[in-house]
Amino acid sequence: MLAFVIRRLAQAFFVVVAMVVLVFFGTYVIGDPVWMMVPGDATQEQVEEVRRTFGFDQPVYMQFLTFLGDVLRGEFGRSYVHGSSAIGLILDRMPATLELAFAALILAIVIGIPLGLFAGLKPDHPVSRGIMAVSILGFSLPTFWVGLMLIMLFSVMLGWLPATGRGPVISILGIETSLFSLEGWRHLFLPALNLALLKISLVIRLTRSGAREASLQDYVKFARAKGLSPRRIIGVHILKNIMIPIVTVLGLEFGSLVAFSVVTETIFAWPGMGKLLLEAIQRLDRPLIVGYVMVVVLLFVTINLIVDILYSALDPRVRLTGSQS
Amino acid sequence: MSAAISTPTPARGEFARFAARFAEDRVAVIGLVLLLAIVTMALLAPFITPQNPYDLGKVDIMDSRQPPGAKAGDGFAMWLGSDGMGRDLLSSILYGLRISLTVGVLSGVIAATIGLVLGLVAAYAGGRVETLIMRIVDLQLSLPSVLVALILVALLGKGIDKIILALVVVQWAYYARTVRGSALVERRKEYVEAARSLGLSHARTVFRHILPNCLAPVIVIATVQTAHAISLEATLSFLGVGLPQTEPSLGVLIANGFQYMLSGKYWISFFPGLALLLTIVAINLVGDRLRDVLNPRLEK
Repeated sequence: MLAFVIRRLAQAFFVVVAMVVLVFFGTYVIGDPVWMMVPGDATQEQVEEVRRTFGFDQPVYMQFLTFLGDVLRGEFGRSYVHGSSAIGLILDRMPATLELAFAALILAIVIGIPLGLFAGLKPDHPVSRGIMAVSILGFSLPTFWVGLMLIMLFSVMLGWLPATGRGPVISILGIETSLFSLEGWRHLFLPALNLALLKISLVIRLTRSGAREASLQDYVKFARAKGLSPRRIIGVHILKNIMIPIVTVLGLEFGSLVAFSVVTETIFAWPGMGKLLLEAIQRLDRPLIVGYVMVVVLLFVTINLIVDILYSALDPRVRLTGSQS
Repeated sequence: MSAAISTPTPARGEFARFAARFAEDRVAVIGLVLLLAIVTMALLAPFITPQNPYDLGKVDIMDSRQPPGAKAGDGFAMWLGSDGMGRDLLSSILYGLRISLTVGVLSGVIAATIGLVLGLVAAYAGGRVETLIMRIVDLQLSLPSVLVALILVALLGKGIDKIILALVVVQWAYYARTVRGSALVERRKEYVEAARSLGLSHARTVFRHILPNCLAPVIVIATVQTAHAISLEATLSFLGVGLPQTEPSLGVLIANGFQYMLSGKYWISFFPGLALLLTIVAINLVGDRLRDVLNPRLEK
């Protein structure tokens, strides 16, 4: 177990180092950043001045060391557009994004597991066929377009829910959240549902195949022979056994929820860090882009690491296959 | 090869059996017909659309934002309405489909080629080469494609070539991983040993003998990945970082309709999105069936 943890830590470290190198070459070496910082009619002297101030006249390896130092200190410079620290801006917006991703995760579990269980336990029922058809559709639906249609239906035509923004936030333990007010949930529901659609389909499929497999196992037959109620068999015996893969996949998918929130946040004008990234891309705000990428990579690697270690603790077979590859 | 081992019309018989097995699933056949219809309509767009939406002489601004079914100034009916510039939406969608399909298929072909070569090399060479390639693949697959594409496009800028490059970068690893998996199995088989002992070169063994036996899973991946690429391009274009207005794919059309949506003019975004959805569903239905038919474990 310890060897496994150490190997995974080394892998995570390798990924972070690789990403730092890639981001450095991507943003600092390809193209000359100076031209984005000076006005179009700048003189040669002004260009050289900027080049010196930001250290772009140094050799590449010196620039890389400087960049590495900045990354280690969590310092990515000041945003060109906002004028304040890039990392500060990103961390300011992070709770809104995490809240959205978290809400989407909850929706995926609450909607996906019951539907998946039903489809898995009664595979020939017409409702099950309907559920599976919907889940295939869910994989094909372009997320951004569904977002537009949700706004169209619930905000413009029916007028039930607000189309944009986060609504009022309440500060709990220093974190601002909209999870504790009705108005907050009214604002949160549509973007969270939009973000959750793909994951709902995923959970339905996972739960269904897990339930189908488990219901044929000997321990289920035994439980049934013992005279346990179907509710107890499904709720305790089957669910418990299929939860491990579902929880693992969902843990790994949390990162992709954060990534996809770029799209959802833009459509619903949700003030998270994804919207910040898109604005930064449109305005070529380099420090913000670099900062966002590094924060998300770190978030990803951490989530993957935790999920992997938890999973191997729960299921020893993983450790064995892991050492073979 | 002598005549004794060559069987009469093997390829044809195999294809007929394959087609028959594919046709057993009626939903998949509907998907295939739909897909062929979409591709045909996109290819024939200049001949079947009532209007060339990008010919300024044909478009009249007086026709703008007409609801579905309205008559244009030129007399033809705009079955799906018109957009903010007075372009017939049905014509725009068919022209947009051409761009979306081109980007999806082209990026898929390039990514498949790169992935195939790297996957085969990794499996055949083994050792350090394999470790290096597979580490890069793992790194690539551990990051969500939408994020990688977004960052790449941010660095590269707009344009159809840059979008294709970004889509290739996010796709190739899936092919490489799949091909390596099947090539590892093939490499141990006797015919590879036979080819080598006949004195065939490494390159010939890999590309003429191992490669054809690894193609089935690649075809399945290719359908899913192409659908994914089309959807991703539309997403990027919708966000304003993908294709420019001069290359109006379905994503650009949907983005253009966004501003009119809050005033209830739903059709400008709705119909291009519906076309996108139908295309993706059709490809996925075909891909799903191909996976079942080509999977040797399910072969009876």
